[in-house]
Amino acid sequence: MQSIVEGKGINKYFGEFHALKDIDLNVEEGEVLCIIGPSGSGKSTLLRCINQLEKIDSGGLWVDQELVGYRIDGEKLHELNENQIAKQRLATGMVFQRFNLFPHMTTLENVIEGPIQVLKHSPKETREHAMQLLDQVGLAHKADSYPIELSGGQQQRVAIARALAMRPRLMLFDEPTSALDPELVGEVLTVMRNLAKSGMSMIVVTHELGFAREVANRVIFMDGGQIIESGEPKAILTNPSNERTQAFISAVLN
Amino acid sequence: MQSTHIPHGKGADGPTLQNRDLSSYNVIRQKHYGKFIASIVILAFVLALLHAFANGNIEWEFVGRFLTSKAILWGAWNTIYMSILAMALGTVLGVVFAIMRMSSNPILRYVAKGYIWFFRGTPLILQLLLWFNLALVFPTLGIPGVLELSTVDVMTPFLAALLGLGINQGAYTAEVVRAGLISVDTGQYEAAKSIGMTRLQSLRRVVLPQAMRVIIPPIGNEFISMIKMTSLASVIQYSELLHNAQNIYYANARVMELLIVAGIWYVAIVTVLSIGQSRLELHFARGSNHTK
Ligand SMILES: Nc1ncnc2c1ncn2[C@@H]1O[C@H](COP(=O)(O)OP(=O)(O)O)[C@@H](O)[C@H]1O
Ligand SMILES: [Mg+2]
Repeated sequence: MQSIVEGKGINKYFGEFHALKDIDLNVEEGEVLCIIGPSGSGKSTLLRCINQLEKIDSGGLWVDQELVGYRIDGEKLHELNENQIAKQRLATGMVFQRFNLFPHMTTLENVIEGPIQVLKHSPKETREHAMQLLDQVGLAHKADSYPIELSGGQQQRVAIARALAMRPRLMLFDEPTSALDPELVGEVLTVMRNLAKSGMSMIVVTHELGFAREVANRVIFMDGGQIIESGEPKAILTNPSNERTQAFISAVLN
Repeated sequence: MQSTHIPHGKGADGPTLQNRDLSSYNVIRQKHYGKFIASIVILAFVLALLHAFANGNIEWEFVGRFLTSKAILWGAWNTIYMSILAMALGTVLGVVFAIMRMSSNPILRYVAKGYIWFFRGTPLILQLLLWFNLALVFPTLGIPGVLELSTVDVMTPFLAALLGLGINQGAYTAEVVRAGLISVDTGQYEAAKSIGMTRLQSLRRVVLPQAMRVIIPPIGNEFISMIKMTSLASVIQYSELLHNAQNIYYANARVMELLIVAGIWYVAIVTVLSIGQSRLELHFARGSNHTK
């Protein structure tokens, strides 16, 4: 199995604040990795570094076998320019906590925007693919609605379809259900579960421990910018060895 | 028990708990003496004004005749035409300088700040005169030895007015556009990036269309101001509405009549524009809760 993400000694600072501390990470193709941990522990920052919404300060990060943010030329590392970074980003799709759909576009327009504007695919093909994806997330009948006319759960499912329309190799989810009313969480998790079954590589930051236990191949617990513990979902979630993990899990469960 | 439900001022004859039908009562409205007096005063003032204009030294026949005279129509057209061109130039410059001002490149940022500082800091009429008299500093324009044009020939009243009005407008529009760009949630930039868009793509496709909702109302207002600001170009001989009206009254001395003619045209143009503005606002409110 090839790695889809490899990180070696990643450090990230916000000014003086040390947000990621020497993170080593390896995610294999087709793997579903769930990241859990208290608020402020650096989970979002890690995802944003993988997607180059943030730049790491030291260490190395490879996504889909490509060094992130640099071109290797003999002994030198050339920083990539903005357009090259945008190209690298095509390997990953991202789903945000607050959906971030484009409010001035309909559901269908949201989904076809990237393939047509960025990949320059033909509108006809793109439309067909987009309708398939909307069907997969159960929203083909909402193709002409604007985001404001959709519930949170529906918006998040459109956001997933929008990311998938770019045919990414890896999907990143940053607390995709945290902004949802409890009764809407299930429909989004179902879509994600199906996506995992289809073999998509996924990194999911979540507080849904049930989902992690059922779907994840591996769970990572982060705290204070570090990976504290990593392993099989059962081992981490039912029988954590570290006491910080124990404290976090019992806090989430209660 | 009963007394607590007696309507004000009706004493013991008021309706009882069992009989709460108020339909037979006369409602005495609150009296607004202040409003009444104000209305009388205003009405009297308007009547006096109308009386003055009707009996003053104004030939209304002239007003009617010149309202559609060729020179006035030509002036009105030039006013509209110049406003549109200057506004278009101002909007393009405004967008470019707003984006420069928010760039991560400090040189671009300072250039944009300097532009806004200079053109907002000096009177428009001075800028118009500067452009019109550019020949005093640069007698020729172009690339030396390749293409040289006499500035006096190039810098016509039309071009000087366009540059003066458009570039000045750009400085104001840049601030309006910047406010619009800032109003869009940063999550929108990130979502646009996450589907592989470059900065310019995300500005053009995602952020600007949303910023329009904030940008359009003030730009609409500025367009309306622009209609009136073009009258300043009369000082550099651009033949807009006021300039042409003045030329006519220099000849026939019908000053008031021609000013009224010009006023009627300005009001008419602005009214039409205001209607267009509200249409445009509706269009850009797409997807926001206003249109739902
Ligand atoms: N852009 C930023 N500037 C400064 N500090 C930041 C920024 N983004 C995140 N942080 C800080 O980094 C830490 C980790 O944040 P984050 O990755 O969002 O945590 P999590 O997603 O685990 O809740 C937090 O303390 C947060 O305040
Ligand atoms: Mg977070």
